[in-house]
Amino acid sequence: MGITEYIDLLFTDYTLQTVTLGTAVLGALCGMLGSFAVLRKQSLLGDAISHAALPGIAIAFLITETKNSNALLIGALISGLIGAFWIRGIVKNTHLKSDTALGLILSLFFGFGMLLLTFIQKMPNANQAGLNKYLFGQAATLVSSDVWTMCFIAGLSLLVLLVFWKEFKLLLFDADYAKSLGFNIKFLDVLITFFIVLCIVIGLQAVGVVLMSAMLLAPAAAARQWTNSLGVMVLLAAIFGSFSGVLGTAISASSSNLSTGPVIVLIAAVFVLFSFVFSPKRGLLFREIRYWNNRNDLQLHKTLAFMYNIAKTHKNKEHPHTVKILNNFQGFTKKSLQKLEDREYIKVNKSMWSLTEKGFDKASNLYNQLENNE
Amino acid sequence: MSSAQIEIQIIACLVAVACAIPGTFLVLRKMAMISDAISHSILPGIVIGFFLTEDLNSPWLILLAAMTGVITVVLVEFIQKTGLVKEDTAIGLVFPTLFSIGVILIAKNANDVHLDVDVVFLGELAYAPSYRFLINGMDLGPKSLWVIGTILLVTLLLLITFFKELKISTFDKQLAATLGFSPVVVHYGLMSIASVTTVGAFDAVGAILVVALMIAPAAIAYLLTNDLKKMLVIAVFSGIASALTGYWIAHYLDASIAGSIATVLGVLFLLVYLFAPKKGLISVLFRQKRQQMEVYLLTFLLHLQNHTEESERHLNHLSEHINWGKIRSKTVLDLALKNNMIIIENNIISLTEKGQGFTEKAIDYITTNSTVAIEKMKEDFFLFRG
Repeated sequence: MGITEYIDLLFTDYTLQTVTLGTAVLGALCGMLGSFAVLRKQSLLGDAISHAALPGIAIAFLITETKNSNALLIGALISGLIGAFWIRGIVKNTHLKSDTALGLILSLFFGFGMLLLTFIQKMPNANQAGLNKYLFGQAATLVSSDVWTMCFIAGLSLLVLLVFWKEFKLLLFDADYAKSLGFNIKFLDVLITFFIVLCIVIGLQAVGVVLMSAMLLAPAAAARQWTNSLGVMVLLAAIFGSFSGVLGTAISASSSNLSTGPVIVLIAAVFVLFSFVFSPKRGLLFREIRYWNNRNDLQLHKTLAFMYNIAKTHKNKEHPHTVKILNNFQGFTKKSLQKLEDREYIKVNKSMWSLTEKGFDKASNLYNQLENNE
Repeated sequence: MSSAQIEIQIIACLVAVACAIPGTFLVLRKMAMISDAISHSILPGIVIGFFLTEDLNSPWLILLAAMTGVITVVLVEFIQKTGLVKEDTAIGLVFPTLFSIGVILIAKNANDVHLDVDVVFLGELAYAPSYRFLINGMDLGPKSLWVIGTILLVTLLLLITFFKELKISTFDKQLAATLGFSPVVVHYGLMSIASVTTVGAFDAVGAILVVALMIAPAAIAYLLTNDLKKMLVIAVFSGIASALTGYWIAHYLDASIAGSIATVLGVLFLLVYLFAPKKGLISVLFRQKRQQMEVYLLTFLLHLQNHTEESERHLNHLSEHINWGKIRSKTVLDLALKNNMIIIENNIISLTEKGQGFTEKAIDYITTNSTVAIEKMKEDFFLFRG
């Protein structure tokens, strides 16, 4: 299916519209709240919570005996919250570290959920495929009421973020200061955790338990590379998130046998990879280039300093010397001499070189700087 | 008990032991989430291995999938070293990506491959005995029994041979490095064992139960002891106990064995978390409460020492001055009386000789050893603790 065909379909096909809108909103929401999870060093909380939601979904199904999304959502939310706060309790009250607490809650809750699922399988009205979508996610099953719920929650979290923006920012970067200013740290902490859990829970249906954590992290990790400002990061993460949602849906719709969740995650991973490599300030590529330039500069300075020491012994500092003197010194090549000449530090005349006024000044300052530093 | 039931229980126990050993070290090294990451990211390895061998129990598949596990660790460490994101974010980025690749590989080849994500992810112990290990038509027992048995044997051999090295590099990396055995080698050795165990166990019990069996017994043991050897023993036994109990519960409820084992582990952990003698929630809260009360008492005694005038030492004045409620003032007063620190005459409180001595020593102690806890002094002076 070509791009034009896809765009045509986007305007005519109701399901595709719903799913695209849903994943876009979900991506934006995840990016927004994921930024906080990443900055609070709670990246893996998403993974733990999404697994911990399973028993809640199963119990909600056992109680209501319907596959009503909202009932399952509430079940998932409750068990996700229990998981999240139990993790906090373990870390706070025992000497077990957060990684152990996360892994424990994740695997134990999920195992319990599996136990409950086998009961559901045996129930007469159970179509297990309906609950299976929570494991691996099926964006195609999103209906407009799900999308409305997502929009509502996205709007609500945006509102809360805006209202408590200053407080959240302070909590992220200097919790002790926030405490000393008299903010209710516990309340803020619970509030942001609640919204992260909520975001995870509503994403489960679309991308599934395993991939939800990547939905939360990847846009935020990508956005982090481009900026040092929280506001810009949250905005960028939301944009990255919704782009991965839309692109992922498009790709999986245009090819058979591709489930949406994994494709969205791979797209988000491409965003991350691209940001890691090409971000101008933190990116690996530019960092390598900077290192490389610095190394070259150091080499040149080394050569210049050596030349300076020779020229210094002569009365006329611009007196030409033969290139051969430099031979027993490793820091020079034809190329580096050329570079020094380009910067007008030296003049090269056949096999003779001489320092210029500018080069002499530069070299002596270089020397001074070194001395000052020592 | 039929022979299949016995086989299932033996497999479950072997998996529990094989997981508990590397799990203990992962928990101690604060790398528990790595086991979760490995359990997910082996999927593409399993899929590719399955394309090549078409046999879920083939040793090549296990090695190939375990390689993916080690690659995960390498990738996580590479990303972490760039300093662009923190370690946990790196973990959270790598494994879903690899998992997605695995899912897509399966989906794209769905017609040729009889492999389902559910199978990898959830596993079903009940089917384990139906895949037999046959040599020349002779039945040597279930395949997974041999696979996990071999892995356990190798793990045990390595554990006994390199116990000292593992111990030192876990608790003191610098010392290990100065003594001449590379922490990196030990680290990757442990990671390889964890990967191989995860892969070997996944088709019997599922990836998630592997994580549960690695982390939960170790966490339970860590709440009960600080001794590495004891911790290993407790972890192994709680793993076995949960495996057996879980199996029988699943048997009576006719439910998923893996889920039931995880649930038993969860209940066991909850019990230990609440009631562990020193590190359990109840004893921690009790200790905190007691310490709080004793700090109140000390504050109160210091207040008495500071004020000689009677108006400051009147019973009713206390609640106003130190801002304590009635109940709290009463408990503190009772505690002080019981310990013979104060006497009350006509509603005026005064320090006894013992109280005076304690307060002076306490001030001395606090000003000179401001970072050291005052516990030892309390033991010398207190007849009753708060």
